[in-house]
Amino acid sequence: MIDTTVFADTTRQAVERVADTSSAAVADSLARHGGGFEFGHLLDHMKNSQELELPWGSIELPHFQPVHVGDWIIDLSISKHVFFLLVAAIILAVLAIYAARRSRKSIVPTGVGNLFEVFLVFLRDEVALPNMGPGGLKYLPFLLTLFFFILIMNLLGLVPYGATSTSNISVTGALALIAFIMIQVAAIRAQGVKQYIAHLTGGVHWALWPIMIPVEILGLFTKPFALCMRLFANMKGGHIVLLALIGLVLLFRSAILAPLPVLFGVGVLMLELFVAFLQAYIFVMLTSLFMGFGMETEHSEEHAEQAH
Amino acid sequence: MGTFALAYLSAGIGAGLIVIGAAYGIGKLAAATMEATGRQPEVAGQVRTAMIIAAALIEGATFFGLAICIILATLK
Repeated sequence: MIDTTVFADTTRQAVERVADTSSAAVADSLARHGGGFEFGHLLDHMKNSQELELPWGSIELPHFQPVHVGDWIIDLSISKHVFFLLVAAIILAVLAIYAARRSRKSIVPTGVGNLFEVFLVFLRDEVALPNMGPGGLKYLPFLLTLFFFILIMNLLGLVPYGATSTSNISVTGALALIAFIMIQVAAIRAQGVKQYIAHLTGGVHWALWPIMIPVEILGLFTKPFALCMRLFANMKGGHIVLLALIGLVLLFRSAILAPLPVLFGVGVLMLELFVAFLQAYIFVMLTSLFMGFGMETEHSEEHAEQAH
Repeated sequence: MGTFALAYLSAGIGAGLIVIGAAYGIGKLAAATMEATGRQPEVAGQVRTAMIIAAALIEGATFFGLAICIILATLK
């Protein structure tokens, strides 16, 4: 399994390095015109920090003592990204329970329930049923929760004073881990443990098993890893492009040229909005596709046996 | 050349190559979509949906390489 602390460290170092080099690039221009709004302040919006920014200042989020579990140090203090994870969870719970309660009164949902129904029917008819067949309906709540959770987290980053939790590789790594577990659960529940392990051999001669089984196990891990990297890089990249554009305003330091990067920034923000929806949908669609792969091999085997 | 200079150079060249690959792939995809829409306008919606999905998958592969370029450029 990937070591997410290494990834988180590397990402943090990468962002700090970008910050340092970019700050050095604008340092002489800043020195000429004095302090004020700094480039480092822009970068703090992308990094994970222990402070929460509010319009009237920043508040410090609670620190907890790191927990030592054997060799690992688990730091459970609430950082900005963790805070927005919880905010997204609470928003989703409140909205969904309210929509479900309101829709219980009549067959036709109204208001928020109507909005949920659009996504619900789309995900059921275009994603869950075609990929997983009729047995996919029992995984539909999981897929819907995943979709709305990722969507709300992506959208919270576009709101002023908000932060994108999914731009943290630990968060997307955790989502990919949950998707990985559900994919194996779906495969095992549909096929049984013996068939599942038998598929790991790939149907080759038993002499090739020592080669085949590690390769297949590695193949099991690459798909959720791709999910993790895709979501993380899309969310991070959107903010990096926006940062580069707004940094142009700081670089030029002229009021006449300032509206141009801002206009481009608005365009990039709209693209980011589209990408937020698209990436949530892609994550859920690929998860259901992989679950369907695990579930369908049983039926094709049955049909093959019936043909005999 | 020093090690850092080589790392920056490779990150830059890598990013350029990545953009070439991604733009070529998505360009071919868009061309196929437009051709299919021209032949049979009724299925334009389905073809557009499939195009968006394929484009997102291609971009997923793009971002792998991009993440490696970022690591190359910023690792101490």
